[in-house]
Amino acid sequence: MIDFTDEQIERYSRHIILPEVGGQGQQKMLEARVLLLGAGGLGSPAAYYLAAAGIGNLGIIDFDRVDLSNLQRQIIHSTKRIGMLKTESAKKTIQDLNPDVKVTLYNEKLDSKNIMKLIDEYDYIVDGSDNFPTRYLINDACVMTGKTIIHGSIYRFEGQVTVFKPGDGPCYRCLYPEPPPPGMVPNCQEGGVLGVLAGVIGNLQVVEVLKLILGIGKPLIGGLLIYDALNTEFRKLKLRKDVDCPVCGESPTIKELVDYEEFCGLPR
Amino acid sequence: MAVKVRIPTPLMKLTDNQAEVTAEGSTISEILNHLESQFNGIKERICEENGSPRRFINVYLNEEDIRFLDGERTAVKDGDEISIIPAIAGGTGAR
Repeated sequence: MIDFTDEQIERYSRHIILPEVGGQGQQKMLEARVLLLGAGGLGSPAAYYLAAAGIGNLGIIDFDRVDLSNLQRQIIHSTKRIGMLKTESAKKTIQDLNPDVKVTLYNEKLDSKNIMKLIDEYDYIVDGSDNFPTRYLINDACVMTGKTIIHGSIYRFEGQVTVFKPGDGPCYRCLYPEPPPPGMVPNCQEGGVLGVLAGVIGNLQVVEVLKLILGIGKPLIGGLLIYDALNTEFRKLKLRKDVDCPVCGESPTIKELVDYEEFCGLPR
Repeated sequence: MAVKVRIPTPLMKLTDNQAEVTAEGSTISEILNHLESQFNGIKERICEENGSPRRFINVYLNEEDIRFLDGERTAVKDGDEISIIPAIAGGTGAR
């Protein structure tokens, strides 16, 4: 039973008049539970637009505080909020934008001990993490619990998006079975990033979340979308499920969560 | 056989900042060797000593991962496009 207030009908009118969304679709969004890993580059625009869309339950995990150097891309925060916890800052922005959204904050660092409890309350996990240990941890936990990850990553002028839906497509380990050794691939802030790229990729993640919630279109499962900003090109590569995948393959060898050592920021 | 090879941003240091280069060969393995002859050091970044791509780097022929074709022995033809896709972790840029 759809029971919108007059204010909600007006707020979501541009959604409701879309036949693919309608009142029922909007209701699904208001009931949806989405967890954001990080309120940083990708998490900022993602949280902002998810809130605008009327995603009713948003969880945000981040233990960091707003820094001046974040504001070139992390638009959910503001100059006034430098030093504030990112989760708190994000919540303020979201509540100013849309009071329909219930925001739950987790000022924690993800590890093998807390992850299962954290993801339990949510259906979709928006991965905007900036390090491999978190990326593998969330992948394995979501394979084990059947939760869908909407994955994004950015580097300099390039970004990638995909959806990992256990059972329906590959997982991150089907692509890359184990994390690279320290120093072999760039991570964290090395090399910089064109700020707006975070907006492009974070919002492509949101598009996928909304499609999954609404059950419309063709979600980016089994496809890797690559955006090359310098050449203004989008490419889509096929991602396949690996039968030998150590976590979602036919005879998995990883049955427990692994805490990989975080090497980001260590001197080399 | 000349094919286009897309170089990922982290390896562009080795290709004089070119995102797209041309290489010749009739298999992925030959293409990688020709790449190495033009850009010293690049093969080592992409492949293990045995010549297969490192586990955190995938090589695509057009839109297909070569692991699901014939690996490094996958045949290539004129006009094909090869992409080298390493794992990247940049996301929140939190710190």
